[in-house]
Amino acid sequence: MESVLALRGLVLLRDSVEWEGRSLLKALIKKAALGLVYYDLFRDPLNWAQTGEALPGGPLGALQAMCERTDPGPVTVALDSLSWLLLRLPCAALCQALCAMSRQHACRGGGPAAEQLCVLGLLHRELHGPGPMGALSSLAQAEVTLSGTAGQASAHMLRRRPRQRPTLETLWFSVLPDLSLDLQGGPPLESQPHPDPHTPQVDPASHLTFNLHLSKREREAKDSLTLPFQFSSEKQQALLRPGPSPATSRIFYEPDAFDDLDPEDPDGDLDV
Amino acid sequence: MFPELNNLLNTTPDRAEQGKLTLLCDANTDGSFLVHHFLSFYLKANCKVCFVALIQSFSHYNIVGQKLGVSLTVARECGQLVFLEGLKSSVDVFFRAQAEPHPLQFLREANAENLQPLYEFVREALKPVDDGEAAWRCPVLLVDDLSVLLSLGMGAVAVLDFIHYCRATVCWERKGNIVALVHDSGDTEDEENNILLNGLSHQSHLILRAEGLATGFCRDVHGQLRILWRTPSQPTTQRDWSLTYQYKIQDKSVSFFAKGMSPAVL
Repeated sequence: MESVLALRGLVLLRDSVEWEGRSLLKALIKKAALGLVYYDLFRDPLNWAQTGEALPGGPLGALQAMCERTDPGPVTVALDSLSWLLLRLPCAALCQALCAMSRQHACRGGGPAAEQLCVLGLLHRELHGPGPMGALSSLAQAEVTLSGTAGQASAHMLRRRPRQRPTLETLWFSVLPDLSLDLQGGPPLESQPHPDPHTPQVDPASHLTFNLHLSKREREAKDSLTLPFQFSSEKQQALLRPGPSPATSRIFYEPDAFDDLDPEDPDGDLDV
Repeated sequence: MFPELNNLLNTTPDRAEQGKLTLLCDANTDGSFLVHHFLSFYLKANCKVCFVALIQSFSHYNIVGQKLGVSLTVARECGQLVFLEGLKSSVDVFFRAQAEPHPLQFLREANAENLQPLYEFVREALKPVDDGEAAWRCPVLLVDDLSVLLSLGMGAVAVLDFIHYCRATVCWERKGNIVALVHDSGDTEDEENNILLNGLSHQSHLILRAEGLATGFCRDVHGQLRILWRTPSQPTTQRDWSLTYQYKIQDKSVSFFAKGMSPAVL
């Protein structure tokens, strides 16, 4: 994860409902924080309270003001969340603001923008269509997509460096209660999911009024039984060989008084 | 409240957590039994409840509440329950002077942009009592349901903003809880509902999703409940944060069992 912080530019943290990314964002903020400046836009982002404390220009104005106030030098900006901004602002305006942030910072710092500013943006995958997601992806220098398996979270990092091929790396991690990152070496050893401890391990044959179990003798008899349509070679030969007498079975029928056997219509169902 | 559901969620009225947003969601079935559960749960937990009921009348919830052991009439009279009966008060909107604010004012406005009046109503209803004594344990906002606000002309972002402000006030400032029901129509073309459902899912600490069985209607198994905890309390241990159970709704209770383990088929 340190490699993520070493990068500059826009870093998208793409999470989903099942694999949330806020704890990872907090862990990255904790690692990056030399002097943390917190902008509280949670309590009243739309200025409903009319207290006069709101920043002019709304959240977009706050985003622009944020970068104007910081000193030159390496800066990490964390946005929780970019999805909130993307739902309320036009995508083009947001993309322009993100580009302008890095440009302004570069002008002050004197060095190339790519070395000075890191913007960590939390993005919820299910909320946006392919258009806005694609637009932000094209601006991003790195994308960290969160998923997981068997109870273990994973981060797939796609990094784009100028004049180099994009690199893809997968890390397995967990965020501890004190917001530190615990990196695991690789995918979890078990590929099957753990049996659910909450599911009661019920033997369906335990509380029944009839017996489903077989005794040893019954099991032996069952195993030694040949199935009627399972052809062994002896059975095949016996069937193919003609029998000792051609008519080994006959049907004897005594018609009673009410029977009216018509040889041309033995079933009596022709309505002629 | 349903004791079996409390066991699955590992909670009791005495040990209810605070500051949480619980999302109730139903797909191809009726998830209102979850609303009745949480209503009676928080009333029994001695919390002050603000119930924004847009779907059914007060007497409906009262009748079901009595089966679950709570009287909404008594709770309302002693001030524990603030009940906004949407069906009745929506008519009042049109017979009031326009200058007076009303929580369902958006019904009257052609281009209502936000649900600020409704938020102001909730904030006022769950204001802490000033006499110094904490009469009730924590404030709780219950909404049945949010999807109907979309049908009434509000946009998904407006409903998300309403819940955002409620979260800031009820969950964060006053350490209370919010429980809201959203329907999942399953229609991928209903973008507004999908934005609302996914947006709320990302803000929730606990998601309870009632689904109809994929195989159709069954007399003995009414549906399947998926429980998803989004902020695990113990991130270091490998824990099951997603559980699925099947259920059958009876007259005064709901029984839960593991998939395929209905008593009727064993």
